[in-house]
Amino acid sequence: MIVADRKPLQEILDMVEDCEKLLIVGCNACVAICMAGGEKEVSELASLVKIAKKKQGKNIEITERVTERQCEEEFVKEIEKEIKGHDIILSMACGVGVQLIAKMYEDRLVYPALNTKFMGLPEEQGQWAETCAGCGDCRLADFGGVCPVARCSKNLLNGPCGGSVDGKCEVDPDNIECAWQLIFDKMKLLGQVDKLLKIEPAKSWKTSRDGGPRKVIKEDVRL
Amino acid sequence: MKSGSNLETVLNSGEFAVTAELGPPKSANKEFVIKRAQILKSYVDAANLTDNQTAIVRMSSTAAARIILDEGVEPVIQITCRDRNRIAIQSDVLGAAALGVKNILCITGDHQCFGNHPDSKNVFDIDSIQLVSLLKMMRDEQKVLGGDTIKTPPKIFIGAAANPFADPLEFRVIRLEKKINAGADFIQTQCIFDLNRFSKWMNMVEDKGLDKKTHILAGVTPIKSYNMAKHMAENVSGVSVPQEILKRMESAKDPKEEGVNICIETIEKLKKIKGIHGIHIMAVQWEDIIPEIVKRIGLYPRPQI
Ligand code: SF4
Ligand code: SF4
Repeated sequence: MIVADRKPLQEILDMVEDCEKLLIVGCNACVAICMAGGEKEVSELASLVKIAKKKQGKNIEITERVTERQCEEEFVKEIEKEIKGHDIILSMACGVGVQLIAKMYEDRLVYPALNTKFMGLPEEQGQWAETCAGCGDCRLADFGGVCPVARCSKNLLNGPCGGSVDGKCEVDPDNIECAWQLIFDKMKLLGQVDKLLKIEPAKSWKTSRDGGPRKVIKEDVRL
Repeated sequence: MKSGSNLETVLNSGEFAVTAELGPPKSANKEFVIKRAQILKSYVDAANLTDNQTAIVRMSSTAAARIILDEGVEPVIQITCRDRNRIAIQSDVLGAAALGVKNILCITGDHQCFGNHPDSKNVFDIDSIQLVSLLKMMRDEQKVLGGDTIKTPPKIFIGAAANPFADPLEFRVIRLEKKINAGADFIQTQCIFDLNRFSKWMNMVEDKGLDKKTHILAGVTPIKSYNMAKHMAENVSGVSVPQEILKRMESAKDPKEEGVNICIETIEKLKKIKGIHGIHIMAVQWEDIIPEIVKRIGLYPRPQI
C-alpha cells in the first residue's frame, strides 16, 4: 500500500490561514489503512483545526468527507457538490488523490494534509516500512524476494557495503535492517548463495523515474 | 603492465608495498596538500586521496592528486559511487588519467547522513563492483559503458576495498571474489585491529586462492588516544576494536606512543601472512607519524623501480 503520514499541524494551519469554509477530504483506501487519512483522521484533524482557529479568535466552518478511493474520478465525483461549495479543499489522500481533485476542479485550491512517503508494508502496530521503489523492472526473483533497490540505503546490487553490522544498516542501526543481510539469509535458506556470485551489471534506471514521468499503456484494452 | 604506475611496479616485483592515506583539506588550501605530500614522499609507494570521506565536502581528490604528483608522490584517487552518476564518473576518470593519475580505488562511499550535507540526494547509479568492471572496460576494451570507443583509454591500476569486519562474514569473501572477477588489480582493506577476525577472513580468502589473483594490502590505523579507540569501536560501522587494545590505550602513560606500538605490532603480524602484499596506513589527521612507522617496521627506504 501507499504509506503516508499527516503533516505537522502548524504547516496545515498556515495553509488554511485565511480560510473560513474548509472541506477536508479523506480517502478510504491505503491512507485509511495506514491510519493517516481515513474517516477517523479526518475528524481528528477537523477538531484540531477548529480548536486552533478558536484560540486565534477566528471562525471556520469545516465539512468532512471521505471518498472510497481518491485516485479515481468516479469516486471524487460523488462529492462534487461539496468541492464546488468550498474555498479550500484539504485532501487527506496520498499525492495522487490531491492531484486528481486539483485536476478535476481547476478553479479550486487543493492542499495536501499528508506527506506521501512510500509503497510499503506494516511491520508492527503503528510502524510501516518502505518495500518497493517502483523501479519498473522488478528483480525480486534474483534476490530471494527482498528488494535491494528499495531496501538497501545505497540500492546496491552486488552485495552489502562495509557498513552492514549485525544485520543492521549503517544509516540507522536501531531502525533499518540491512537488506543484504536479509537477501543473504534468504538465499542461504533457498540454497542459492551461488547466484549471488554473479556480477550484476549496472542497472538501467530508464524504467525508473529517471526515464521521465512514466506511463503504462495497455494497447489491448485501449478504445 | 596495465598502468605503468609505481604501485603496480612495486607489487609486480614482489616487494611488500606501502601506501598511505592523505585526506584533502576542507578548503582550497594547496599548501596543506603540498605539506602532507612532502611528509609522505619517499616513505610510500603511493598515497590515497580520499573522495569526500564520510560525506564531508573536501577538495576534489583528482585536483589534490595533481598537486601531489608535482611533489613527486604517486596518487591513488578514490572514487565513491555516492556523489556521481556513470556519466560524471567516467568523465572524471578520463580527466584524472589525462592529469597523470594511474591508480584508482573504487568504493561505495559512506552514506551522506554521516557528513555535513545530510539533506543531499545520493546517487549510487552504479555500485563499487560495477565501477571496477567499468574501469576495466574503459582500460581494456577502450569503451565507455554506453558503448562508444575511447581513442585514448585511461591506463589505470584498478583498486577496490574490502572490509573483513562487516557482516555477513561469508559474504565478505564472496564480495572480494566478485571484485577480483570484475577486475580489481589490488585491494586495500578496512583498518585492522581485530587480528582474530581478520585471520578468519584471510583463511577463507586463501582457501579460495583469491590472494593469488589480486594484491591485498592490509589497512592499519595508528590510534592517537583512548577516546579515538573508543569512538572507532562504538561509532564507526564496520570497524572492530578488541577489548585488549581498548585496555592498552586506556592504561597507557603515553597514548600516542602506545598507539604507534600497537600499529607496529599489527603490521609485524600482517607481514607474516603470505597472502598480504603490502600495507595501507590510514593515519587520520596524523600523517606526520607515517615516516616513523615505515622506518620502525623496516620498510624504509622504499624500492626505487
Ligand atoms: S526490484 Fe523494483 S519493482 Fe521490484 S520490488 Fe524492488 S523497486 Fe519494486
Ligand atoms: S548496510 Fe546494508 S542496507 Fe545499509 S547501505 Fe550497506 S548494504 Fe545497504
